[in-house]
Amino acid sequence: MSALIFDHSRPGRRAPGLAPEQEEAIDDLPPGLLRQRPPSLPEVSELEVVRHYTRLSQQNFSIDTHFYPLGSCTMKYNPRAANHLAMLAGFLDTHPLAPARTRQGFLACVFELQEMLKAATGMSAVVLSPMAGAQGEFAGMAMIRRYHRARKDEARNEVLVPDAAHGTNPASAVMSGFRVREIPTDREGDVDMQALRAAVGPKTAGIMLTNPSTLGVFERRILEIAEVVHQAGGLLYYDGANLNAILGRVRPGDMQFDVLHLNLHKTFSTPHGGGGPGAAALGVGPRLEPFLPVPFVVRGETGDLSWVDEESRPETIGRLSAFMGNGGVLLRAYVYARLLGRTGMRRVSEYATLNANYLARRLEAAGFELAYPRRRASHECIVTLRREAREMGVTAMDFAKRLLDYGMHAPTTYFPLLVPECLLIEPTETESPETLDAFVDAMTRIREEALSDPDRVRHAPWTTPVRRLDDVRAARELDLAWHLDRGPDQT
Amino acid sequence: MPFIPHTREDVDHMLKKLGVARVEDLFDEIPSALRIDALPESVPAQVSEQTVTRLMRERARQDTPGLCFLGAGAYDHFIPAAVWEIVTRGEFYSAYTPYQAEASQGTLQVIYEFQSMMTELTGLEVSNASLYDGASALAEAILMACRIQNQKGGGSVALLPEALHPAYRRVIETILEPQSIGTETIPYDQKSGLLDRSWAEERLARGGVGSLVLAQPNFFGLLDAVDSWTDLAHRAGLTVIALVNPTSLAILNPPGKWGTEGADIVCGEGQPLGVPLSSGGPYFGFLTSRKSLVRQMPGRIVGRTLDRDGRPGFTLTLQAREQHIRRARAMSNICTNQGLLVTAATLYLSFLGPTGLARVARACHARTRLLVESLTSLPGVRPVFPGTPFFHEYPLAMDRPARPVLEALSDQGILGGYDLGKLSPELSHAWLLCATEARSPEDIACYRSILENLLSSARPEPARVSTHPN
Repeated sequence: MSALIFDHSRPGRRAPGLAPEQEEAIDDLPPGLLRQRPPSLPEVSELEVVRHYTRLSQQNFSIDTHFYPLGSCTMKYNPRAANHLAMLAGFLDTHPLAPARTRQGFLACVFELQEMLKAATGMSAVVLSPMAGAQGEFAGMAMIRRYHRARKDEARNEVLVPDAAHGTNPASAVMSGFRVREIPTDREGDVDMQALRAAVGPKTAGIMLTNPSTLGVFERRILEIAEVVHQAGGLLYYDGANLNAILGRVRPGDMQFDVLHLNLHKTFSTPHGGGGPGAAALGVGPRLEPFLPVPFVVRGETGDLSWVDEESRPETIGRLSAFMGNGGVLLRAYVYARLLGRTGMRRVSEYATLNANYLARRLEAAGFELAYPRRRASHECIVTLRREAREMGVTAMDFAKRLLDYGMHAPTTYFPLLVPECLLIEPTETESPETLDAFVDAMTRIREEALSDPDRVRHAPWTTPVRRLDDVRAARELDLAWHLDRGPDQT
Repeated sequence: MPFIPHTREDVDHMLKKLGVARVEDLFDEIPSALRIDALPESVPAQVSEQTVTRLMRERARQDTPGLCFLGAGAYDHFIPAAVWEIVTRGEFYSAYTPYQAEASQGTLQVIYEFQSMMTELTGLEVSNASLYDGASALAEAILMACRIQNQKGGGSVALLPEALHPAYRRVIETILEPQSIGTETIPYDQKSGLLDRSWAEERLARGGVGSLVLAQPNFFGLLDAVDSWTDLAHRAGLTVIALVNPTSLAILNPPGKWGTEGADIVCGEGQPLGVPLSSGGPYFGFLTSRKSLVRQMPGRIVGRTLDRDGRPGFTLTLQAREQHIRRARAMSNICTNQGLLVTAATLYLSFLGPTGLARVARACHARTRLLVESLTSLPGVRPVFPGTPFFHEYPLAMDRPARPVLEALSDQGILGGYDLGKLSPELSHAWLLCATEARSPEDIACYRSILENLLSSARPEPARVSTHPN
């Protein structure tokens, strides 16, 4: 680890140019309400701060510096233009409660993004207030709940979730007041239809599906699933985490989904920022429109744009954020969408799929076992390293960590949970074939190392700023904060 | 082709390896009835970076921020240039959630330092790595309090102050409603604008209450007697949630020191710490608590540990609380949060340090005091709650409905404040003002003179219907 910012702190050292010149009096405030001792924040010079955090940044892998084949996360190039244009002063300096007539530029971007995503998903309405995929899921499921209640169909308290689903799906369903019932997957990676038929009934509120699924394959019987669930009185929720695979080619609305979210920080290439901010689009068919969360943007007859709020939407599930979600992220997604346009969006899925299938085929040819060898890969594929684990005593986690030494971020490991020793690999459309070849070469060499020098792999990584970390210790001897006066905070 | 590196030769080579003639063949598992040939014409055609730059510059020029005296949950502070220079470095900007700790020590250490600074500011022991915004952080804090109360057989109702940000109240309702968690509202005293003590005592006597939310400052910007409220709530066995402004904590008593035992959970909006107004987001929510409650905390948490060679390093910890491990039994569904904004806040707090942040807080208070003094010297303008202490927002009332006046101010480039008539008809003449350190005495003089003109040019009249779209 590098020194902490607190290690650079010296009493009395500061960056005075950055704070107001004058020390104003606050003697009109009751002394009992005041802080007795100033907070122990670091006291450092401007240069020390810049240098410290620049150095920390250099301890990260990032898309700008490394290949990031992280399955179900769509780590593609984040265009710099999107960031630059989202940070223009007019957008950046505007207060969220400023009158709509003084911010028509921002509203125009949000409105047009709503319209583009409507067309791209085949839904009848799209709003952009959810601040992440999981919040989109919550809002979508809360709308399904409202829908059934409005029909006096309150017995529907069960949500079906395939066992391969993202962890956020069941967690969001519970937060929205439902019970979760898992549906198994069949041998070829499709939803087990027999189990689905047995599970649906008068308690079914809906099903949450990702398509292509997290197994990296397209759910072929989607229309049959839709029919079974709809006939039972349930609705279909589409988790858009994997939309990159089918953008411009298959629309969730055409697959009969009633409600969906898209992760703009995946398919629409806004940055992940080391864990956010994300943003989600929430799309619905006509049945759920009355329940949409507020606010969203509408265009009046004269062309002026305005917010829709609770007053004109009596059936809304409500509000998800104090203002307008992650507005700056929406601007980035808007710029990206315009740079792609109608044909560019379709090219995303074309090349994402080409890259994933190429990578899958090359890995298979190199002797790695694909989890679903008889299936086409979508925009991602799953390798199972169960043979390597059994025969060489080297796990998927070991491979993942060793890849870091080869200058590549690890794929998603041990997810989905139903494939043993798995790596979920998503190359995205923005990577060149040379990068994919280099990944296959690295995997091949790691397997050779696993035979000739297994500890080289088992104890990887060797070249990162720290070696493998003790997670058990981290959870048992909690050290979650540093205090200037007394150091680490340990139990 | 934007962002796609493949040459024609690349594609031919790849297709050959795959044994298919066209990329289209790779989609052959998708039922043909579902496949479309093109997106609808309503998706516009591709444009160049130069064209989209021209468009976005035009749009940004259309947005006229005005001189901002509006707060109400988002504050116009000065941000040192270096903050966003560093935040937008590709290594922070384009990194993923730090699940692979060895490849993410930069982000993880930033979060650990952030957690350290937030515990210090709030006076509590542990902090998470952020939530979406202040409103959703408060909703998560209430859910956390419910889990705590549930474990010890306490009540489930959350008591909210009436003087709570109206949008926060809406967000809480949205998030709590599906889980059937009830809230009740403590009215504010009409004279002071502060929590009504006798109402609360009577309500607590009836039981069933699990948590109390103390907003300091409250939505009116006013400061309450939080020590005695904290003690009152603890005597009744409640979990005390403090909703605070982080800038104010440089000068105000931190919630960890409120009353005898301090608040149990602290949350709030992090935007004032180095995040631009940005038309409404992205901001970030923060949440800290006592260490004994950490296993009930939502969101990611970073811990310091040792690596294989015994060197210290950072990793996400207590992940068994989270959705990717615990699924339906997770503490929250939160996954992606607001990492980049946390990076901005950590840089902002480092640049300012304890002295700088206190100067900002003092300047905010002093400027708001000057603003209040300037405007109340105009005929017909008076404080709504005279004598109650405030931080950097304060409600004034005029001799006529405030809304048309605020609209007229906006036409002249002044964002004059928040129309309190939105809260209740009794407050239709009142508005909430804010001056941060970024407003100069000249700005305040400008506001006063424009308001003076508006108030003297037209006689008080009953509320009229606005013709402006809003």
